[in-house]
Amino acid sequence: MECPIHLRNLAASPSLNFNPSFSPVHHHLQIQDLTVSYNRVPALHHINLDIACGHCVALLGPNGAGKTTFFKAVVGLLKPESGSVSFHGHEAGRKIGAAAYLPQRENVDWDFPLTVRGLVETGCYLRLGIWRKFSAEEHRNVDAALAAMHLEDLADRQISALSGGQQQRAFLARSLAQNAHVFLLDEPFAGLDKKSQESLGETLKQIARNGNLIIASHHDLRNVPDFFDRVIFLNGELVAQGDTASTFTGENIAKTFSTPAFSGTRREN
Amino acid sequence: MNWLTEPFHHEFMQRAFLACALIGFTNGFLSAFIVLRRLALMADALSHALLPGLAVGVMLFGLTPLSLFSGALVAALLVGLGAELISRSSRVKEETALAILYTVAFSAGIVLLSFAPVRVELHEYLFGNILGVSNADLWTTYGISFVTITTLVVLQRPLFLMLFDPSVAATQGVKVGLLNYVLITLLVLSMISSLQAVGVILALGLLVAPAATVYLLSDSCAALFWGGGLVGAFGSCAGLLISYWLNLPAGACIVLLLGLMFSVAYIFSPRYGILRHFFNRGHLHRESLERWEKKL
Repeated sequence: MECPIHLRNLAASPSLNFNPSFSPVHHHLQIQDLTVSYNRVPALHHINLDIACGHCVALLGPNGAGKTTFFKAVVGLLKPESGSVSFHGHEAGRKIGAAAYLPQRENVDWDFPLTVRGLVETGCYLRLGIWRKFSAEEHRNVDAALAAMHLEDLADRQISALSGGQQQRAFLARSLAQNAHVFLLDEPFAGLDKKSQESLGETLKQIARNGNLIIASHHDLRNVPDFFDRVIFLNGELVAQGDTASTFTGENIAKTFSTPAFSGTRREN
Repeated sequence: MNWLTEPFHHEFMQRAFLACALIGFTNGFLSAFIVLRRLALMADALSHALLPGLAVGVMLFGLTPLSLFSGALVAALLVGLGAELISRSSRVKEETALAILYTVAFSAGIVLLSFAPVRVELHEYLFGNILGVSNADLWTTYGISFVTITTLVVLQRPLFLMLFDPSVAATQGVKVGLLNYVLITLLVLSMISSLQAVGVILALGLLVAPAATVYLLSDSCAALFWGGGLVGAFGSCAGLLISYWLNLPAGACIVLLLGLMFSVAYIFSPRYGILRHFFNRGHLHRESLERWEKKL
């Protein structure tokens, strides 16, 4: 099958590479002893992680395992009870815009009067602030992000007039225009047909190859090895993490999915 | 042509026309935010909640624009924040708390008004009296319009991000909570400026209908804001003239006209109207037929 998404444009356009002065290989998302709670009831317990950029990471765990909580903490929406999240030496939330959170599709108001181009342009707002006008460079930035996600022809469509895969790519394009470095995706493959899943998987790999870090929560265990080169097993606490080849094992899956979410009364190593 | 220019010979009509244009545009502009942020119910609650604030303001400081404004603002904020407090601290949901608080506030306002030293016509508060607009009222309206539109235009980018998705906006450094309060304050401000023209109940029509109409016609956010303003201004001015010619209450004519414009958009909108939905049913079948033929 010919693959519709091959991001020659992404690799070719220098404006889409994050600031070249820091080379992607040395970048790490570092999470130390992260505990996040709602009303003093912890949902995530003592997470320690160190992930290098350039990977496509699957975040796996049953419902209630704290996947969305994990994303919100990394992106700075929830204040951790203890511990820290840092990226490239900056505390999360401080360096706003380095991490982009892509909400689940059902949490987006698709009737909002917004075109694809308009959506991608919102990615530039952070740099432009309140006042500054869109420069020619920012327009090129938006065009490049649209081209990288193969959305040029759809740029003037209202966002509800897109297929599920195109909607995901539109949000990815916005994160590219934002020059985000860490992409956090909440169930990006949910509700997509097989072909769109494959092309989205290829897109994510390409973005990761460009030196970015992709972390996506995922529930379909059958295709994890196809789309992700690393996995994190989460179940209230960190169960296991590492390369897909060595970590995505029946033992870890069983450990994560067949035990109740860790609630703090039992502590294992 | 005499009938067309005749209303403008009267000074009170000139003032009323100017007030209608300003209030219509400001409220119409603001209505985009109310429609997109789904604040219509909140706006309804606030419009009623203003009454006790106005009564207390008049009782304490006399009948001046500033006393009306500060009283209304305090009352609106108490109801708005009170609803949030109740919904957060108990199992009662926010709409429920809001409905209880605003009906209570409205009742308290009616009771308080009977103690007011100045006679305030409840009828005028509810339905306004555009023909009685004074120069001072006009200046207040002008000031409020200026502040509202300037603030909305200056903050359009963060507001836009917040309207689309508040939690993602927060990750992009937008102070969502603060912006919400700014929006509510502007809402209260423009309600106060509508008070004289159409009254609080009908102000709600001006604060929702214009953008709701444009929302059915366009996919552009800029069109929603500026178009909402134009629809509001046009509807107010045309409604005023109609009320003059037919000798009917002005506020009611304005809102009826806005309602008519909304109905036309609802039925005939080329993209989102119900007629189009009704006549364009063949679509799905045609696509699946094409696919089927391709497979063969």
